[in-house]
Amino acid sequence: MGRTVIEKILQAHSRDDVAAGRIVWIDLDIRSARDFGGPNVVKNYEREYGAAAPADVRRTFFTFDLCAPACTLKYADNQQACRDFARKHSIEVFDVDRGIGTHVLMEDGLAKPGSTVVGTDSHMNILGAVGCFGQGMGDVDIAFAFKTGRTWFEVPETVKVVLKGRPAAGTDAKDLTLFLCRELGTKKIALAAAEFFGEAVQSLDFPGRITLCSMITEMAGIIGFIPDGATAADPDALYADIVELDVSGLGPQVAAPPSPNTVSDLGEVSGVRIDSGFLGSCTNGRTEDLARAAAVLRGRKVRKGVMLKVVPATRRVYEEILRSGVLAELFESGAIVLNPGCGGCAEGHAGLTGKGEVEISTGNRNFPGKQGKGPVYLASPEVVAASCVRGEIGGPEGL
Amino acid sequence: MSERTISGRVWVLVDANGRLIEDIDTDQIFHNAHLHITDPAEMGPHSLGNLDGWKDFPKRCAAGDIIVAGRNFGAGSSRQQAVDCFIALGLAAIVAPSYSAIYFRNAVNTGFPVLRARNLETLVAAGSLVSGDRIECGIETGAARIVGREARLDLEPMSPVQLEIFRAGSLFAYGAGPG
Repeated sequence: MGRTVIEKILQAHSRDDVAAGRIVWIDLDIRSARDFGGPNVVKNYEREYGAAAPADVRRTFFTFDLCAPACTLKYADNQQACRDFARKHSIEVFDVDRGIGTHVLMEDGLAKPGSTVVGTDSHMNILGAVGCFGQGMGDVDIAFAFKTGRTWFEVPETVKVVLKGRPAAGTDAKDLTLFLCRELGTKKIALAAAEFFGEAVQSLDFPGRITLCSMITEMAGIIGFIPDGATAADPDALYADIVELDVSGLGPQVAAPPSPNTVSDLGEVSGVRIDSGFLGSCTNGRTEDLARAAAVLRGRKVRKGVMLKVVPATRRVYEEILRSGVLAELFESGAIVLNPGCGGCAEGHAGLTGKGEVEISTGNRNFPGKQGKGPVYLASPEVVAASCVRGEIGGPEGL
Repeated sequence: MSERTISGRVWVLVDANGRLIEDIDTDQIFHNAHLHITDPAEMGPHSLGNLDGWKDFPKRCAAGDIIVAGRNFGAGSSRQQAVDCFIALGLAAIVAPSYSAIYFRNAVNTGFPVLRARNLETLVAAGSLVSGDRIECGIETGAARIVGREARLDLEPMSPVQLEIFRAGSLFAYGAGPG
């Protein structure tokens, strides 16, 4: 019997016979912890293993991205506890200057096609964008992975998702992703891996693939892949289900509160007054995402009374927008550009929404209380930028 | 409690309409306002502290009780406290049709029994399983019953690795597995 993408990757890292439904032990190429979760990883590790060395410090990392640099004492203490542990064991720390851990692992070539990577981030499966098996785990799991370099895993079934047709011009990867949140909900790929087929996904660039793979968690999936030469299933691989969706002429999509799955066409929520906008997150924080927003903002101003908060995903993205002029365009429009990290999702440096404050965001979660107390709408960078000019939800057309 | 059977009184997490609640996320189980708590003993009183209708659960439950919940229990973040709070209350197990992947692993790895039963929705809808009932769950065989009732609980046995980690007490005690 042929194997799906996830079965192939896991088989290459296991001495057990890998098949959907089986529990297998796998070798982990990279194991990491963030500034949240990390301190408890250290606590668990030292309680269980004392001063013993991790399995392989060259494959072990800390990534600080939640509160960078720390703006609360709690985070400052937590980050320092991780640094102290890292120094003791000569573990590399991607510190508060670097940005979102998953993105840094991809930029630095540590998350490679066909590799296995774990960390204390529930969006670790974003690494599916580069054909890597990434998985978020709790602090017991990660402490164990630091020490042994291994973990057990229940091999998920795989659902094949085939997209037919081409979205309308002006529709981007986020619109396609929100459409999938709408159609797949939290049941159709629940606890399964997904493989996406069709021109609409095959034509996505690297940032577009990141956007799609970053929201598999919101669809209750294990991970999503866009198969290509290096990471493709066998022709006779067994799929648990095949879902076909028509995306012909798809226009901009918006997720309204209270969940990323309550998605409608932009037209249905156009005109909702907003107080703030957010551009960034692991879903839409790449240079290309920010450049598309800047193109909408060029020669225009963020409406008086609206805050537009911008957080590049990583320091490399920050450098790219700095040198290409995108940063200047964002600045001139009135946007507030902050340092790289998870701001906007985590309660960190990009500000929270107050009660009644309506925000439109390029993030991936709008659950009640996730980004503060206000209601949050999720949309593409173009729609967030246009909405901030208008002072109400709307697209770039007719600005 | 024998090594092969987990039994106890159940709390069926239903909404105001008596329906089993699905997609209970980690912010409803253990809200992010309490994430600074690192001592497990202090976590118990916050269990289900953000779940409508169940905020007084820690005061009502007793050690040895079992939670029954709807599908995709433990959705959302990777926080371990959402498991540790129930251990702090001395609960015996959780039974649900399915769990979020991360939540399930977190529970298994700390040796806390998370059991899967396929027919919970049907049982609860039919009134064949209500809060206060006692259940007995054969974790090796999947044999299970609701004490004093005809209806059967369609329980999945623990997988071999889950059973072994449960017996060892935790993933740390279990070690790096065979091979």
